[in-house]
Amino acid sequence: MHELGIVFYIIRDVKKAALENAVDKISAVVMNIGEVSTIIPDYLQDCWRWAADKEDILRGAELKCNIIPAVTYCEDCGMEFETVRFGKKCPHCGSESTYLLRGNEVEIKEIEVPNQ
Amino acid sequence: MDSVKIIEIKKSVFEDNNLDADSLRKELRLKGVFLLNLMSSPGSGKTTTLIRTINLLKDKLRIAVMEADIDSDVDAVKIKEATGIPSIQLHTGGMCHLDAEMTRQGLDNVDLEGLDLVILENVGNLVCPAEFDTGSSCNAMILSVPEGHDKPLKYPLMFSICDVVVVNKMDVQPYFDFDLEKCTEYVHMRNPKARIIPISAKTGEGVEEFAAWLLDAVKSWKNQ
Repeated sequence: MHELGIVFYIIRDVKKAALENAVDKISAVVMNIGEVSTIIPDYLQDCWRWAADKEDILRGAELKCNIIPAVTYCEDCGMEFETVRFGKKCPHCGSESTYLLRGNEVEIKEIEVPNQ
Repeated sequence: MDSVKIIEIKKSVFEDNNLDADSLRKELRLKGVFLLNLMSSPGSGKTTTLIRTINLLKDKLRIAVMEADIDSDVDAVKIKEATGIPSIQLHTGGMCHLDAEMTRQGLDNVDLEGLDLVILENVGNLVCPAEFDTGSSCNAMILSVPEGHDKPLKYPLMFSICDVVVVNKMDVQPYFDFDLEKCTEYVHMRNPKARIIPISAKTGEGVEEFAAWLLDAVKSWKNQ
């Protein structure tokens, strides 16, 4: 399952960040998830609960997902448009010389640590 | 007190893997070993295609194969029996793809001395393997006729990262609504440079073209 693999990567990175910051308990991990990143947030949550609760430092920690809307840029007319609605073809000028500006993120934004 | 301290990270989940993959690529370059990452759906005919291809190339290149699956070693045994070249089986432990670290662990079990080419048969899956760089020198994929010509539309990332798309099972095309021209058009929408090679691993049709491409890719990489 795709999301489980991603969760293992998140856990590895978060544990590394905790070590660097001398933190022994994390209460939440905040993710930026692009709309066209192929991650399904519900599945990610399920996998997170299963895997995070096996780690002392993450037991009970919440996974928060910010969804980043996908935006495509048209190289011919310079306009931006919604990727999910219009796909690859620019709705303004019909060009297919377009590229994804954002919406592909699978990024750990920040971690929340209980204040002691 | 319910206040929390926030530690900013701002890091892509793929970043570490991309760094691992780049360093593996550099090591393989120094050793002169070309790593082909071969991907596809389950059942598209990767193993049968490999057996045919390896038998055409094994006198010209020194080859080894790493098979990656969730379980069993049927593919590695099949390759070894049908081609006589070294073949090892990796188990991903339930994971749907190989990453650079797993690839490196697999390569640690292959005697790379004197090899020209290692073929990595990735887990059958069109989604996750596309997102995890294995450290390969080149990516190729196999799409088979029964899967349909619309797959490049449905799995854009996979088709955009592959240098070659092999279209397998051309022998059964008359029984399916598979349009090779449309398929080519859809692949080129995602990746204008991708080369498309129609084959039938069962009859052998087209496999020589794929083998010739691979031989050429290895040779020109070595001369770079």
